[in-house]
Amino acid sequence: MDALLFWILAAVTVASAVLVIGQRNPMRSVLLLIVMFMALAGLYVTLGSPFAAVVQIIIYAGAIMVLFLFVVMLLNVPTEETPIGRQARLLGGVGPRRFGALLSAALALELFWALGRLGAIAMPAGDTPETTVKAIGLRLFRDYAFAFEATSVLILVAMVGAVVLARKEPQQ
Amino acid sequence: MLPEPTLNSYLMLSAVLFAIGTAGVFLRRNIITILLSVEVMLNAVNLTFIAVDRFRGLVDGQIMVFFVITVAAAEAAVGLAIVIALFRHKETLTPDVFTSLKW
Amino acid sequence: MLYLIPLLPFVGFLVNAAIGKRLSKTVSGLLATGVMAASFGIAAMSVWTLVGQAPVDGVRAIEQSYYTWLSSGSLQIPLAFRLDPLSSLMVLVITGIGTLIHLYSTAYMHDETDAEYARYFSYLNLFAAFMLVLVLGSSFPVMFIGWEGVGLCSYLLIGFWFKKPSASEAGKKAFIVNRIGDFGFILGMLALFWAFGTLDFQELASKVALLPNDPAMWAGSTVLTAATLLLFLGATGKSAQLPLYVWLPDAMEGPTPVSALIHAATMVTAGVYMIGRNAVLFSHAPFTLEIVAIVGVVTALFAGTIGLVQNDIKRVLAYSTVSQLGYMFLAMGVGAFAGGIFHLYTHAFFKALLFLGSGAVIHALHGEQDIRNMGGLRKHLPITFYTFAIGTIAIAGIPPLAGFFSKDEILWKTYSSDHKVLWAVAVVAAFLTATYMFRLLYLTFFGDRRHGVAGGHGAHAAHGTPDPGHGTPDHAHLHDAPGPMAIALIVLAIGSILAGFVGVPHVLGGGNQIEAFLEPSFRAIGAVAEAAPAVEATAEATAEHGGAGLEFGLMLFSTLVAAAGIGLATVVFLRRPQIADRMAGQFAGVHRLLLGKYYVDELYDATIVQPIKKVSSGLLWRGVDAGLIDGTVNGVGLVVRGWSAVLRRLQTGSVRAYAMSFFVGVVTIVGYYLWR
Repeated sequence: MDALLFWILAAVTVASAVLVIGQRNPMRSVLLLIVMFMALAGLYVTLGSPFAAVVQIIIYAGAIMVLFLFVVMLLNVPTEETPIGRQARLLGGVGPRRFGALLSAALALELFWALGRLGAIAMPAGDTPETTVKAIGLRLFRDYAFAFEATSVLILVAMVGAVVLARKEPQQ
Repeated sequence: MLPEPTLNSYLMLSAVLFAIGTAGVFLRRNIITILLSVEVMLNAVNLTFIAVDRFRGLVDGQIMVFFVITVAAAEAAVGLAIVIALFRHKETLTPDVFTSLKW
Repeated sequence: MLYLIPLLPFVGFLVNAAIGKRLSKTVSGLLATGVMAASFGIAAMSVWTLVGQAPVDGVRAIEQSYYTWLSSGSLQIPLAFRLDPLSSLMVLVITGIGTLIHLYSTAYMHDETDAEYARYFSYLNLFAAFMLVLVLGSSFPVMFIGWEGVGLCSYLLIGFWFKKPSASEAGKKAFIVNRIGDFGFILGMLALFWAFGTLDFQELASKVALLPNDPAMWAGSTVLTAATLLLFLGATGKSAQLPLYVWLPDAMEGPTPVSALIHAATMVTAGVYMIGRNAVLFSHAPFTLEIVAIVGVVTALFAGTIGLVQNDIKRVLAYSTVSQLGYMFLAMGVGAFAGGIFHLYTHAFFKALLFLGSGAVIHALHGEQDIRNMGGLRKHLPITFYTFAIGTIAIAGIPPLAGFFSKDEILWKTYSSDHKVLWAVAVVAAFLTATYMFRLLYLTFFGDRRHGVAGGHGAHAAHGTPDPGHGTPDHAHLHDAPGPMAIALIVLAIGSILAGFVGVPHVLGGGNQIEAFLEPSFRAIGAVAEAAPAVEATAEATAEHGGAGLEFGLMLFSTLVAAAGIGLATVVFLRRPQIADRMAGQFAGVHRLLLGKYYVDELYDATIVQPIKKVSSGLLWRGVDAGLIDGTVNGVGLVVRGWSAVLRRLQTGSVRAYAMSFFVGVVTIVGYYLWR
């Protein structure tokens, strides 16, 4: 059962990811990304981390993607344009982009190869003990307290930054 | 039946996702789509963390995931703010036209 | 207290240099002359002390070391002064005649501005200080300080009226030619240090004295010969012998007292002194001594022939100086070190006298220097005439004036050391000396005043102040030498008469005190018996050879030769001047050659100066400096620019491109680590 679930969810993830980067319309990309997040959340559950799955859905899919949607709709983003200008053509041309894609394939292959060398590592058998919120909480607020606090500062900074950056310039 | 998923499978899946995300960064000509591809990459990493967590029986990976998600949120916010500012400036979302920082 | 001797003039220099232009001329002059006189006083006291000393191993010396100047490995040079018979004579000459010349200058230079006057005296004092360091130094480096210093002062003083191009050119020429000689001097010093490990005169002498002086080994030790030859090269530069004499006639551009002091009595004698100081070294290098003697006598003859036809009063005296220096070197070369120094001492008197006298003439004629524009001055300038005449008689070698004894000593020693050919040449040179000196006397002071040459170039600029009318018309206001100048002239004239009496040779009943006095300086300490240089041995031996009779006979002969010269001059230039002109016409080619100084300057210019200039500007300047060095520096810049033009294209400004480069790096590094 677990195996089947894994493979289905894996397939969905990959498919939606490919579609995300393949779509012309950014709105559709966003929605497909949400699908991918859902699939990933499912995978997290199979790995015994329900809390992480829920957090993923709530924050990632729920907040961040909504933000993306807002921006997309605000900017009335057109579908992908053809590059303009010679400079843009130079860098956004077919050649460099395809080269970039090639590089990604190279990276994937590298990792595969490495994993192949590693040999198959089985997951520990037995029931997947689910990690409780209590365990996570203890860990988070005891050992990673500093990181926690630092992250809150980071969020504050990001908030301020976002407000400042998106502000309309005052008319002189 | 289908083969049991080993750790390797999860890691491979994560690798594939990462590669897809990177490809997206290079291939797309729309800034927002590029940002989305970056999110894909981040998620690939999250998957790795959770998978190894399960394998090791630890809980630290999930905590890393929380932080990653948080930072991704912050980054998305700021990134989109910048996109808005850029859009106001040039009325386009193609990254290749923003070349003021060149020689 | 030895250090006071050069220190006092040096202080005089500092004062006059620093605040001289605010001092009145009287004060500047008094200060400068005063320190010289004080220095002379201290020198006299020191010599008195020296003479009263009991000799150690037959040697008397006062040595004072002040501090360690150079200390580098095995080379330890203290700043030390040494007063022995040789240097005491030199010191007295320098300070004594120096004082007289300073006194003379106070009147001669009176037409200058206060600032220029002070500058003159500061240079003159500085020169005296350096010269004293030169003769008092007890090691080569200390002497070299003085050697270089007097060269510098010579340049400063020759080019004193530097606004006149010929004067500054002459100054440069003197310095550069001297430099060539100095190059030899330095190499000689280095060779000596390399061979003997020391540069102190006494130590060198002791070490060299230990070398075998086998007459069969005629060339002597090779290193020593080489070193002494190099030192002699330096001497030819400083003392104006062939081939580096060319600067001395041009040096007459300087004020006349300068010519008197530096280029007659003191600086040019430095080369002679140097050889005398290192008598032991030179005695052990017989080959070098031969060269020295030959160069000396040839120079004497050479300069004498040129002096015969020159028309500038100072040029004649300049060539005469070169010639007399040649005599001194001849003496050194045949081993008669004491004789050479003796002639140095007497020559200082009468040459200074002659120069100062000519200065009085020039001063009286407001700048005229061409003897073709002179004549009949003995009625108007009596003091000048009589003193000048005394000087002329002395230099011609007529007994019992000073020049006779010293010149004769040299001739005798040359003959008796089996250098008969050199002796003959020297006699011819003596004949010429008498001739041209009396020519000078007659043309300047006798007959009627002439104005043979229009616009004599010496007229205006030589005296520093531009003179609207050249030369003074006949019977106009010709004033004889003013007070200070006259005093100097008279004292020197007395000296020219009496100075010789310290060296009356045995054969005439005298005791030749000066030779006895100086002799210990030419020996190494402690090496009395066996290293007594070939000097004494040959002199004594051959004194037996000819005996007193021969010496007396030769003496008579040389006096007759001098008289013949005087007679010739009297006939040609006094009684029947047209003979001179006819001879000039008949031997026009020779006349021109002599007048043109054998065109040596032109020769040097063509063979040395021009090629150097061409190489310097064409090759070194354009090729190396502009092409190579600038090219390299600019080239580096160009390369950098080129590369940066290429590399900066990486800064595309496109984020995607940057991301791409990121990613390439990531892939590479990940791959690398996974590989391992």
